[in-house]
Amino acid sequence: MNQTNPQEYKGFACSGFCCTKIENFGVAFGSAVILEDVNLHIHCGELTAIIGPNGAGKSTLLKAILGDIRHTGKLKYLDAKGQRSGNPLIGYVPQHLAFDRGSPVSVLDLFNAAEGRLPVFLQRNRKTKARVEESLSIVKAQHLVDRKLGALSGGELQRVLLALALDPIPDLLLLDEPVSGIDQKGLELFYKTVSDLRREYDLSIILVSHDLDLVEHYADRAILINKTVLSQGTPQEVFDGPDARELFGSVRFGREAYDETQEGGN
Amino acid sequence: MPAFVYDAMDFLLPFQWVSYAFMKNALLAVLLISPLFGLLGTMVVSNKMAFFSDALGHGAFTGIAIGALFGLLNPVIAASVFSVLFAILITVIKDKSREATDTIIGVFSSLAVALGLVLISMGGSFNKYSSYLIGDLLSISVAEIGVLVLVFLLVMLIWFFIANKLLLISVNPSLAASRGVKTLPLEIVFTCIVAVIVTISIQWVGLLIVNSMLVLPAAAARNVARNTRQYTFTSVLIALISGILGLIGSYYLNTATGATIVLVSGVLFFLSLAVKRVRS
Repeated sequence: MNQTNPQEYKGFACSGFCCTKIENFGVAFGSAVILEDVNLHIHCGELTAIIGPNGAGKSTLLKAILGDIRHTGKLKYLDAKGQRSGNPLIGYVPQHLAFDRGSPVSVLDLFNAAEGRLPVFLQRNRKTKARVEESLSIVKAQHLVDRKLGALSGGELQRVLLALALDPIPDLLLLDEPVSGIDQKGLELFYKTVSDLRREYDLSIILVSHDLDLVEHYADRAILINKTVLSQGTPQEVFDGPDARELFGSVRFGREAYDETQEGGN
Repeated sequence: MPAFVYDAMDFLLPFQWVSYAFMKNALLAVLLISPLFGLLGTMVVSNKMAFFSDALGHGAFTGIAIGALFGLLNPVIAASVFSVLFAILITVIKDKSREATDTIIGVFSSLAVALGLVLISMGGSFNKYSSYLIGDLLSISVAEIGVLVLVFLLVMLIWFFIANKLLLISVNPSLAASRGVKTLPLEIVFTCIVAVIVTISIQWVGLLIVNSMLVLPAAAARNVARNTRQYTFTSVLIALISGILGLIGSYYLNTATGATIVLVSGVLFFLSLAVKRVRS
Protein backbone atom coordinates (compact mmCIF):
# COMPACT_ATOMS: atom_id res chain seq x y z
CA MET A 1 0.00 0.00 0.00
CA ASN A 2 1.19 3.41 -0.84
CA GLN A 3 1.19 5.31 2.43
CA THR A 4 0.95 9.01 1.96
CA ASN A 5 1.24 11.44 4.76
CA PRO A 6 -2.38 12.39 5.56
CA GLN A 7 -1.35 15.87 6.67
CA GLU A 8 -0.06 16.74 3.25
CA TYR A 9 -2.58 18.02 0.79
CA LYS A 10 -1.45 19.58 -2.44
CA GLY A 11 1.66 20.93 -0.83
CA PHE A 12 0.27 22.31 2.39
CA ALA A 13 0.63 20.82 5.82
CA CYS A 14 -1.18 21.55 9.03
CA SER A 15 1.48 20.41 11.49
CA GLY A 16 -0.61 17.65 13.00
CA PHE A 17 -3.93 19.47 13.41
CA CYS A 18 -6.81 20.11 11.11
CA CYS A 19 -6.75 23.57 9.68
CA THR A 20 -8.17 26.02 7.21
CA LYS A 21 -5.94 28.13 5.05
CA ILE A 22 -7.05 31.27 3.31
CA GLU A 23 -4.62 32.22 0.59
CA ASN A 24 -4.46 35.54 -1.23
CA PHE A 25 -8.11 36.45 -0.78
CA GLY A 26 -9.18 39.58 -2.56
CA VAL A 27 -12.60 41.18 -3.11
CA ALA A 28 -13.47 44.12 -5.34
CA PHE A 29 -16.80 45.66 -6.25
CA GLY A 30 -16.21 47.28 -9.61
CA SER A 31 -13.13 49.43 -9.15
CA ALA A 32 -13.44 49.65 -5.35
CA VAL A 33 -11.04 47.25 -3.65
CA ILE A 34 -12.53 45.95 -0.40
CA LEU A 35 -9.94 43.33 0.48
CA GLU A 36 -6.58 42.34 -0.95
CA ASP A 37 -3.81 39.84 -0.16
CA VAL A 38 -5.55 38.32 2.85
CA ASN A 39 -3.68 35.25 4.10
CA LEU A 40 -4.93 33.44 7.19
CA HIS A 41 -4.20 30.15 8.86
CA ILE A 42 -6.96 28.94 11.19
CA HIS A 43 -6.49 25.99 13.53
CA CYS A 44 -9.15 23.69 14.92
CA GLY A 45 -10.28 24.27 18.44
CA GLU A 46 -9.27 27.90 18.23
CA LEU A 47 -11.39 30.98 18.46
CA THR A 48 -9.96 33.54 16.07
CA ALA A 49 -11.32 37.06 16.38
CA ILE A 50 -11.23 39.48 13.47
CA ILE A 51 -11.07 43.11 14.50
CA GLY A 52 -10.71 46.31 12.57
CA PRO A 53 -12.29 49.71 12.03
CA ASN A 54 -15.68 50.22 10.38
CA GLY A 55 -15.54 49.50 6.66
CA ALA A 56 -12.37 47.41 7.02
CA GLY A 57 -13.99 44.52 5.12
CA LYS A 58 -14.60 42.22 8.09
CA SER A 59 -18.11 41.05 7.11
CA THR A 60 -17.03 40.92 3.47
CA LEU A 61 -14.22 38.53 4.39
CA LEU A 62 -16.71 36.15 6.02
CA LYS A 63 -19.00 36.26 2.98
CA ALA A 64 -16.04 35.57 0.71
CA ILE A 65 -15.03 32.59 2.83
CA LEU A 66 -18.49 31.08 2.59
CA GLY A 67 -18.55 31.71 -1.14
CA ASP A 68 -21.44 34.16 -1.21
CA ILE A 69 -19.45 36.85 -3.02
CA ARG A 70 -16.92 36.54 -5.77
CA HIS A 71 -13.32 36.65 -4.64
CA THR A 72 -9.83 35.82 -5.79
CA GLY A 73 -7.56 33.42 -3.91
CA LYS A 74 -8.09 29.95 -2.47
CA LEU A 75 -9.64 28.33 0.56
CA LYS A 76 -8.03 25.06 1.66
CA TYR A 77 -9.21 22.77 4.35
CA LEU A 78 -7.87 19.55 5.85
CA ASP A 79 -9.39 17.63 8.73
CA ALA A 80 -7.34 16.05 11.52
CA LYS A 81 -7.39 12.53 10.11
CA GLY A 82 -6.59 13.76 6.63
CA GLN A 83 -9.70 12.05 5.29
CA ARG A 84 -11.61 15.01 4.04
CA SER A 85 -10.08 17.94 2.31
CA GLY A 86 -11.18 20.62 -0.03
CA ASN A 87 -14.36 22.42 0.92
CA PRO A 88 -15.10 22.59 4.63
CA LEU A 89 -18.64 22.36 5.94
CA ILE A 90 -19.37 25.92 6.99
CA GLY A 91 -21.75 27.21 9.62
CA TYR A 92 -22.56 30.90 9.38
CA VAL A 93 -24.23 33.33 11.76
CA PRO A 94 -25.05 36.53 9.85
CA GLN A 95 -24.76 39.97 11.41
CA HIS A 96 -28.42 40.70 10.91
CA LEU A 97 -31.31 39.40 8.86
CA ALA A 98 -32.24 41.36 5.76
CA PHE A 99 -35.61 40.39 6.98
CA ASP A 100 -39.03 41.86 7.18
CA ARG A 101 -39.95 41.63 10.86
CA GLY A 102 -43.60 41.06 10.03
CA SER A 103 -42.95 37.94 7.97
CA PRO A 104 -44.66 34.87 9.40
CA VAL A 105 -41.56 32.68 9.66
CA SER A 106 -41.14 30.83 12.93
CA VAL A 107 -37.89 29.46 14.34
CA LEU A 108 -39.17 25.98 13.54
CA ASP A 109 -39.87 27.04 9.93
CA LEU A 110 -36.32 28.30 9.57
CA PHE A 111 -34.85 24.98 10.73
CA ASN A 112 -37.28 22.98 8.59
CA ALA A 113 -36.42 25.05 5.53
CA ALA A 114 -32.71 24.52 6.09
CA GLU A 115 -32.89 20.80 6.78
CA GLY A 116 -36.14 19.29 5.57
CA ARG A 117 -36.73 17.97 2.10
CA LEU A 118 -40.47 18.61 1.96
CA PRO A 119 -41.58 22.21 1.56
CA VAL A 120 -42.06 23.78 5.01
CA PHE A 121 -45.80 24.23 4.51
CA LEU A 122 -46.24 20.49 3.95
CA GLN A 123 -44.12 19.28 6.87
CA ARG A 124 -45.73 17.72 9.89
CA ASN A 125 -44.42 19.94 12.64
CA ARG A 126 -44.80 17.41 15.43
CA LYS A 127 -42.19 15.14 13.87
CA THR A 128 -39.48 17.73 13.40
CA LYS A 129 -40.18 19.80 16.48
CA ALA A 130 -38.48 17.50 18.99
CA ARG A 131 -35.34 17.39 16.89
CA VAL A 132 -35.24 21.17 16.44
CA GLU A 133 -35.76 21.68 20.17
CA GLU A 134 -32.77 19.46 20.78
CA SER A 135 -30.65 21.59 18.45
CA LEU A 136 -31.85 24.74 20.17
CA SER A 137 -31.05 23.32 23.59
CA ILE A 138 -27.31 23.61 22.81
CA VAL A 139 -27.73 27.37 23.11
CA LYS A 140 -30.50 27.14 25.74
CA ALA A 141 -33.13 28.46 23.33
CA GLN A 142 -35.55 25.50 23.09
CA HIS A 143 -38.41 27.65 24.44
CA LEU A 144 -38.21 29.85 21.32
CA VAL A 145 -39.14 27.12 18.84
CA ASP A 146 -42.61 28.46 17.95
CA ARG A 147 -41.72 32.16 18.11
CA LYS A 148 -41.73 34.27 14.95
CA LEU A 149 -38.24 35.38 13.92
CA GLY A 150 -39.38 38.99 13.93
CA ALA A 151 -40.51 38.71 17.57
CA LEU A 152 -37.08 37.66 18.89
CA SER A 153 -34.73 40.06 20.65
CA GLY A 154 -31.28 40.62 19.14
CA GLY A 155 -29.65 38.23 21.60
CA GLU A 156 -32.30 35.52 21.13
CA LEU A 157 -32.03 35.75 17.36
CA GLN A 158 -28.25 35.43 17.55
CA ARG A 159 -28.55 32.28 19.67
CA VAL A 160 -31.14 30.74 17.35
CA LEU A 161 -28.90 31.43 14.34
CA LEU A 162 -25.96 29.93 16.21
CA ALA A 163 -27.98 26.76 16.88
CA LEU A 164 -28.84 26.59 13.17
CA ALA A 165 -25.18 27.05 12.19
CA LEU A 166 -24.29 24.14 14.50
CA ASP A 167 -26.79 21.76 12.93
CA PRO A 168 -25.03 19.79 11.51
CA ILE A 169 -21.77 20.45 13.37
CA PRO A 170 -19.62 22.35 10.86
CA ASP A 171 -15.86 22.23 10.26
CA LEU A 172 -15.63 25.97 10.24
CA LEU A 173 -17.92 28.32 12.12
CA LEU A 174 -18.18 31.93 10.92
CA LEU A 175 -19.77 34.43 13.28
CA ASP A 176 -20.58 38.00 12.36
CA GLU A 177 -21.32 39.85 15.56
CA PRO A 178 -24.04 42.49 15.33
CA VAL A 179 -22.95 46.08 15.98
CA SER A 180 -26.07 46.84 17.96
CA GLY A 181 -29.20 45.33 19.42
CA ILE A 182 -27.60 43.03 21.99
CA ASP A 183 -26.99 44.06 25.59
CA GLN A 184 -23.66 43.46 27.31
CA LYS A 185 -24.99 40.51 29.29
CA GLY A 186 -26.33 38.80 26.15
CA LEU A 187 -23.02 39.42 24.42
CA GLU A 188 -21.03 37.81 27.23
CA LEU A 189 -23.38 34.82 27.26
CA PHE A 190 -22.83 34.46 23.51
CA TYR A 191 -19.02 34.56 23.84
CA LYS A 192 -19.12 32.04 26.66
CA THR A 193 -21.35 29.66 24.66
CA VAL A 194 -19.11 29.94 21.60
CA SER A 195 -16.01 29.47 23.71
CA ASP A 196 -17.42 26.29 25.29
CA LEU A 197 -18.49 24.93 21.89
CA ARG A 198 -14.99 25.37 20.52
CA ARG A 199 -13.61 22.97 23.14
CA GLU A 200 -16.49 20.52 23.01
CA TYR A 201 -16.59 20.06 19.24
CA ASP A 202 -13.00 21.05 18.34
CA LEU A 203 -14.36 23.73 16.01
CA SER A 204 -12.45 26.29 14.01
CA ILE A 205 -14.20 29.55 14.73
CA ILE A 206 -13.78 32.90 13.03
CA LEU A 207 -15.57 35.68 14.85
CA VAL A 208 -15.93 39.25 13.62
CA SER A 209 -15.95 41.24 16.82
CA HIS A 210 -16.52 44.80 17.95
CA ASP A 211 -15.78 44.26 21.63
CA LEU A 212 -12.05 44.28 22.35
CA ASP A 213 -12.48 43.40 26.04
CA LEU A 214 -14.37 40.23 25.19
CA VAL A 215 -11.83 39.40 22.47
CA GLU A 216 -9.03 39.71 25.01
CA HIS A 217 -10.90 37.45 27.41
CA TYR A 218 -12.19 34.70 25.12
CA ALA A 219 -10.28 34.64 21.82
CA ASP A 220 -7.18 32.49 21.27
CA ARG A 221 -5.99 34.60 18.42
CA ALA A 222 -6.78 38.03 17.06
CA ILE A 223 -6.37 39.31 13.53
CA LEU A 224 -6.42 43.00 12.80
CA ILE A 225 -7.58 43.82 9.30
CA ASN A 226 -8.11 46.97 7.33
CA LYS A 227 -8.35 46.02 3.64
CA THR A 228 -5.61 43.52 4.35
CA VAL A 229 -4.13 41.74 7.38
CA LEU A 230 -2.24 44.32 9.43
CA SER A 231 -1.21 42.09 12.33
CA GLN A 232 -2.07 38.77 13.94
CA GLY A 233 -1.19 36.84 17.08
CA THR A 234 -2.57 36.56 20.59
CA PRO A 235 -5.05 39.33 21.41
CA GLN A 236 -2.47 41.01 23.65
CA GLU A 237 0.20 40.95 20.94
CA VAL A 238 -2.15 42.49 18.42
CA PHE A 239 -3.43 45.16 20.80
CA ASP A 240 0.12 46.15 21.72
CA GLY A 241 1.31 46.26 18.11
CA PRO A 242 1.93 49.52 16.28
CA ASP A 243 -0.99 49.04 13.86
CA ALA A 244 -3.59 48.71 16.61
CA ARG A 245 -2.10 51.73 18.33
CA GLU A 246 -2.33 53.72 15.16
CA LEU A 247 -5.95 52.71 14.48
CA PHE A 248 -7.31 52.78 18.00
CA GLY A 249 -4.80 55.07 19.79
CA SER A 250 -2.98 53.63 22.80
CA VAL A 251 -4.37 50.32 23.95
CA ARG A 252 -6.11 51.24 27.17
CA PHE A 253 -7.35 54.54 25.85
CA GLY A 254 -7.99 53.01 22.45
CA ARG A 255 -10.26 50.34 23.73
CA GLU A 256 -12.43 52.86 25.51
CA ALA A 257 -12.55 55.07 22.44
CA TYR A 258 -13.40 52.04 20.32
CA ASP A 259 -16.23 51.04 22.62
CA GLU A 260 -17.64 54.53 22.46
CA THR A 261 -17.89 54.40 18.70
CA GLN A 262 -19.88 51.20 19.04
CA GLU A 263 -22.29 52.66 21.58
CA GLY A 264 -23.56 55.02 18.92
CA GLY A 265 -25.34 52.08 17.35
CA ASN A 266 -26.87 50.74 20.55
CA MET B 1 -63.40 19.95 -22.21
CA PRO B 2 -64.61 16.50 -21.16
CA ALA B 3 -68.38 16.59 -20.77
CA PHE B 4 -68.30 15.01 -17.31
CA VAL B 5 -66.56 18.13 -15.91
CA TYR B 6 -69.48 20.29 -17.03
CA ASP B 7 -72.00 17.70 -15.81
CA ALA B 8 -70.29 17.56 -12.43
CA MET B 9 -70.34 21.34 -12.18
CA ASP B 10 -74.05 21.44 -13.05
CA PHE B 11 -74.71 18.83 -10.39
CA LEU B 12 -72.54 20.37 -7.65
CA LEU B 13 -73.37 23.99 -8.37
CA PRO B 14 -77.05 24.26 -9.33
CA PHE B 15 -76.92 28.05 -9.62
CA GLN B 16 -77.97 30.25 -12.46
CA TRP B 17 -74.52 31.80 -12.96
CA VAL B 18 -72.90 28.41 -13.52
CA SER B 19 -75.38 27.36 -16.17
CA TYR B 20 -73.48 29.14 -19.00
CA ALA B 21 -70.47 27.43 -20.56
CA PHE B 22 -68.37 30.63 -20.47
CA MET B 23 -69.01 30.91 -16.72
CA LYS B 24 -68.04 27.28 -16.21
CA ASN B 25 -64.79 27.93 -18.09
CA ALA B 26 -64.13 31.10 -16.15
CA LEU B 27 -64.72 29.29 -12.85
CA LEU B 28 -62.32 26.51 -13.84
CA ALA B 29 -59.72 29.12 -14.77
CA VAL B 30 -60.19 30.85 -11.41
CA LEU B 31 -59.80 27.55 -9.56
CA LEU B 32 -56.53 26.90 -11.40
CA ILE B 33 -54.92 30.31 -11.48
CA SER B 34 -55.78 31.85 -8.12
CA PRO B 35 -54.02 29.18 -6.00
CA LEU B 36 -50.89 29.86 -8.08
CA PHE B 37 -51.18 33.58 -7.39
CA GLY B 38 -51.68 32.88 -3.69
CA LEU B 39 -48.68 30.57 -3.54
CA LEU B 40 -46.23 32.71 -5.54
CA GLY B 41 -47.47 35.83 -3.79
CA THR B 42 -46.20 34.62 -0.41
CA MET B 43 -42.64 34.72 -1.71
CA VAL B 44 -43.13 37.96 -3.64
CA VAL B 45 -44.29 39.66 -0.43
CA SER B 46 -41.66 38.03 1.83
CA ASN B 47 -38.89 39.08 -0.53
CA LYS B 48 -40.29 42.62 -0.88
CA MET B 49 -40.68 42.10 -4.60
CA ALA B 50 -44.09 43.73 -5.15
CA PHE B 51 -42.60 46.44 -7.33
CA PHE B 52 -40.47 43.89 -9.14
CA SER B 53 -43.44 41.72 -10.07
CA ASP B 54 -45.24 44.83 -11.29
CA ALA B 55 -42.32 45.39 -13.67
CA LEU B 56 -42.63 41.78 -14.88
CA GLY B 57 -46.22 42.56 -15.89
CA HIS B 58 -45.01 45.52 -17.91
CA GLY B 59 -42.42 43.32 -19.61
CA ALA B 60 -45.16 40.87 -20.51
CA PHE B 61 -47.18 43.69 -22.07
CA THR B 62 -44.22 44.58 -24.30
CA GLY B 63 -43.95 40.90 -25.24
CA ILE B 64 -47.60 40.85 -26.31
CA ALA B 65 -47.00 43.97 -28.41
CA ILE B 66 -44.00 42.37 -30.11
CA GLY B 67 -46.00 39.22 -30.76
CA ALA B 68 -48.78 41.30 -32.27
CA LEU B 69 -46.31 43.22 -34.43
CA PHE B 70 -45.04 40.02 -35.99
CA GLY B 71 -48.59 39.06 -36.70
CA LEU B 72 -48.59 35.98 -34.52
CA LEU B 73 -52.00 34.42 -34.02
CA ASN B 74 -51.36 33.94 -30.32
CA PRO B 75 -49.14 36.73 -29.03
CA VAL B 76 -49.06 35.10 -25.56
CA ILE B 77 -46.31 32.67 -26.55
CA ALA B 78 -44.10 35.49 -27.84
CA ALA B 79 -44.98 37.44 -24.71
CA SER B 80 -43.94 34.56 -22.45
CA VAL B 81 -40.57 34.29 -24.15
CA PHE B 82 -40.00 38.02 -23.96
CA SER B 83 -41.06 38.39 -20.33
CA VAL B 84 -38.87 35.45 -19.25
CA LEU B 85 -35.89 37.17 -20.90
CA PHE B 86 -36.94 40.44 -19.28
CA ALA B 87 -37.21 38.71 -15.87
CA ILE B 88 -33.74 37.19 -16.20
CA LEU B 89 -32.32 40.55 -17.23
CA ILE B 90 -33.65 42.46 -14.21
CA THR B 91 -32.79 39.65 -11.79
CA VAL B 92 -29.18 39.62 -12.98
CA ILE B 93 -28.93 43.43 -12.87
CA LYS B 94 -30.46 43.39 -9.39
CA ASP B 95 -27.81 40.88 -8.31
CA LYS B 96 -24.87 42.75 -9.83
CA SER B 97 -25.63 46.17 -8.49
CA ARG B 98 -25.46 46.92 -4.81
CA GLU B 99 -27.39 50.14 -5.17
CA ALA B 100 -31.07 50.95 -4.83
CA THR B 101 -32.71 48.43 -7.13
CA ASP B 102 -36.05 50.26 -7.08
CA THR B 103 -34.75 52.88 -9.47
CA ILE B 104 -33.25 50.35 -11.88
CA ILE B 105 -36.45 48.29 -11.88
CA GLY B 106 -38.47 51.49 -12.37
CA VAL B 107 -36.38 52.47 -15.41
CA PHE B 108 -36.76 49.07 -17.09
CA SER B 109 -40.41 48.79 -16.18
CA SER B 110 -41.43 52.13 -17.62
CA LEU B 111 -39.29 51.62 -20.72
CA ALA B 112 -40.96 48.26 -21.27
CA VAL B 113 -44.49 49.59 -20.99
CA ALA B 114 -43.68 52.60 -23.20
CA LEU B 115 -42.17 50.35 -25.87
CA GLY B 116 -45.23 48.11 -25.65
CA LEU B 117 -47.61 51.06 -26.12
CA VAL B 118 -45.59 52.44 -29.05
CA LEU B 119 -45.53 49.07 -30.82
CA ILE B 120 -49.22 48.43 -30.26
CA SER B 121 -50.29 51.90 -31.40
CA MET B 122 -48.23 51.56 -34.60
CA GLY B 123 -50.58 51.53 -37.55
CA GLY B 124 -53.45 52.73 -35.36
CA SER B 125 -54.43 49.28 -34.14
CA PHE B 126 -54.41 50.29 -30.47
CA ASN B 127 -58.07 49.49 -29.82
CA LYS B 128 -57.58 45.94 -30.96
CA TYR B 129 -55.15 45.32 -28.14
CA SER B 130 -56.49 47.62 -25.44
CA SER B 131 -58.25 44.57 -23.96
CA TYR B 132 -54.86 43.58 -22.54
CA LEU B 133 -55.05 46.56 -20.22
CA ILE B 134 -58.33 45.42 -18.64
CA GLY B 135 -58.45 41.74 -19.50
CA ASP B 136 -61.44 39.50 -20.11
CA LEU B 137 -61.74 36.35 -18.05
CA LEU B 138 -65.05 35.35 -19.63
CA SER B 139 -63.36 34.97 -23.03
CA ILE B 140 -61.21 32.07 -21.88
CA SER B 141 -61.36 29.06 -24.20
CA VAL B 142 -61.35 25.34 -23.43
CA ALA B 143 -57.90 24.95 -25.01
CA GLU B 144 -56.57 27.70 -22.77
CA ILE B 145 -57.90 25.89 -19.71
CA GLY B 146 -55.94 22.85 -20.88
CA VAL B 147 -52.78 25.00 -20.96
CA LEU B 148 -53.62 26.27 -17.48
CA VAL B 149 -53.84 22.72 -16.12
CA LEU B 150 -50.36 21.99 -17.49
CA VAL B 151 -48.94 25.24 -16.10
CA PHE B 152 -50.58 24.53 -12.74
CA LEU B 153 -49.01 21.07 -12.45
CA LEU B 154 -45.61 22.29 -13.64
CA VAL B 155 -45.48 25.20 -11.18
CA MET B 156 -46.57 22.95 -8.29
CA LEU B 157 -43.81 20.49 -9.16
CA ILE B 158 -41.10 23.16 -9.34
CA TRP B 159 -42.42 24.80 -6.19
CA PHE B 160 -42.06 21.53 -4.33
CA PHE B 161 -38.31 21.62 -4.90
CA ILE B 162 -37.54 25.32 -4.49
CA ALA B 163 -39.91 26.55 -1.73
CA ASN B 164 -37.52 25.88 1.18
CA LYS B 165 -34.54 27.40 -0.59
CA LEU B 166 -36.49 30.54 -1.44
CA LEU B 167 -37.56 30.81 2.20
CA LEU B 168 -33.91 30.71 3.32
CA ILE B 169 -32.96 33.35 0.74
CA SER B 170 -35.76 35.58 2.00
CA VAL B 171 -34.38 35.31 5.55
CA ASN B 172 -30.76 36.01 4.60
CA PRO B 173 -29.04 35.34 1.25
CA SER B 174 -25.63 34.72 2.84
CA LEU B 175 -27.16 32.30 5.33
CA ALA B 176 -28.80 30.49 2.40
CA ALA B 177 -25.43 30.37 0.63
CA SER B 178 -23.85 28.81 3.72
CA ARG B 179 -26.43 26.01 3.46
CA GLY B 180 -25.43 25.32 -0.14
CA VAL B 181 -28.22 27.28 -1.84
CA LYS B 182 -27.24 28.79 -5.18
CA THR B 183 -29.06 32.08 -4.73
CA LEU B 184 -28.92 33.62 -8.21
CA PRO B 185 -30.09 30.56 -10.23
CA LEU B 186 -32.94 30.05 -7.75
CA GLU B 187 -34.03 33.65 -7.94
CA ILE B 188 -34.00 33.40 -11.72
CA VAL B 189 -36.17 30.26 -11.64
CA PHE B 190 -38.61 32.00 -9.31
CA THR B 191 -38.87 35.23 -11.31
CA CYS B 192 -39.31 33.23 -14.53
CA ILE B 193 -42.24 31.33 -13.00
CA VAL B 194 -43.81 34.60 -11.87
CA ALA B 195 -43.17 36.11 -15.31
CA VAL B 196 -44.90 33.24 -17.12
CA ILE B 197 -47.91 33.22 -14.79
CA VAL B 198 -48.30 36.98 -15.03
CA THR B 199 -47.95 36.91 -18.82
CA ILE B 200 -50.55 34.27 -19.49
CA SER B 201 -52.94 35.89 -17.00
CA ILE B 202 -52.74 39.38 -18.50
CA GLN B 203 -55.24 38.57 -21.23
CA TRP B 204 -57.80 37.54 -18.58
CA VAL B 205 -57.21 39.97 -15.73
CA GLY B 206 -55.44 42.85 -17.46
CA LEU B 207 -52.09 44.55 -17.10
CA LEU B 208 -53.42 47.20 -14.75
CA ILE B 209 -54.32 44.85 -11.91
CA VAL B 210 -52.46 41.59 -12.49
CA ASN B 211 -49.93 42.52 -9.82
CA SER B 212 -52.65 43.06 -7.20
CA MET B 213 -53.79 39.46 -7.72
CA LEU B 214 -50.27 38.42 -6.79
CA VAL B 215 -49.69 40.73 -3.84
CA LEU B 216 -53.03 41.18 -2.06
CA PRO B 217 -53.81 37.59 -0.91
CA ALA B 218 -50.30 37.13 0.51
CA ALA B 219 -50.33 40.58 2.11
CA ALA B 220 -53.63 39.72 3.82
CA ALA B 221 -52.43 36.26 4.92
CA ARG B 222 -49.30 37.77 6.38
CA ASN B 223 -51.38 39.80 8.83
CA VAL B 224 -52.97 36.76 10.43
CA ALA B 225 -50.46 33.92 10.00
CA ARG B 226 -48.06 32.86 12.73
CA ASN B 227 -45.89 30.49 10.70
CA THR B 228 -45.11 29.54 7.13
CA ARG B 229 -47.68 26.75 7.01
CA GLN B 230 -50.51 29.08 8.01
CA TYR B 231 -49.14 31.80 5.74
CA THR B 232 -49.15 29.58 2.64
CA PHE B 233 -52.55 28.00 3.19
CA THR B 234 -54.24 31.27 4.21
CA SER B 235 -52.85 33.04 1.15
CA VAL B 236 -54.08 30.32 -1.21
CA LEU B 237 -57.46 30.29 0.52
CA ILE B 238 -57.87 34.07 0.32
CA ALA B 239 -56.89 33.99 -3.37
CA LEU B 240 -59.48 31.28 -4.04
CA ILE B 241 -62.26 33.01 -2.09
CA SER B 242 -61.61 36.35 -3.81
CA GLY B 243 -61.46 34.64 -7.20
CA ILE B 244 -64.80 32.86 -6.77
CA LEU B 245 -66.64 35.75 -5.09
CA GLY B 246 -65.20 38.19 -7.62
CA LEU B 247 -66.36 36.04 -10.53
CA ILE B 248 -69.89 35.70 -9.13
CA GLY B 249 -69.96 39.41 -8.28
CA SER B 250 -68.88 40.43 -11.76
CA TYR B 251 -71.61 38.25 -13.28
CA TYR B 252 -74.41 39.88 -11.29
CA LEU B 253 -73.00 43.42 -11.33
CA ASN B 254 -71.91 43.20 -14.96
CA THR B 255 -68.40 44.46 -14.13
CA ALA B 256 -64.83 43.59 -15.22
CA THR B 257 -64.03 40.24 -13.59
CA GLY B 258 -60.35 40.83 -12.77
CA ALA B 259 -61.05 44.16 -11.11
CA THR B 260 -63.94 42.69 -9.08
CA ILE B 261 -61.68 39.89 -7.85
CA VAL B 262 -59.07 42.44 -6.74
CA LEU B 263 -61.73 44.47 -4.91
CA VAL B 264 -62.82 41.39 -2.95
CA SER B 265 -59.24 40.62 -1.96
CA GLY B 266 -58.85 44.27 -1.01
CA VAL B 267 -61.79 43.93 1.40
CA LEU B 268 -60.25 40.73 2.80
CA PHE B 269 -56.95 42.57 3.27
CA PHE B 270 -58.56 45.22 5.44
CA LEU B 271 -60.42 42.53 7.39
CA SER B 272 -57.08 40.83 8.08
CA LEU B 273 -55.67 44.15 9.28
CA ALA B 274 -58.59 44.41 11.71
CA VAL B 275 -57.97 40.86 12.97
CA LYS B 276 -54.31 41.74 13.51
CA ARG B 277 -55.28 44.88 15.47
CA VAL B 278 -57.73 43.01 17.68
CA ARG B 279 -55.15 40.33 18.49
CA SER B 280 -52.42 42.75 19.54
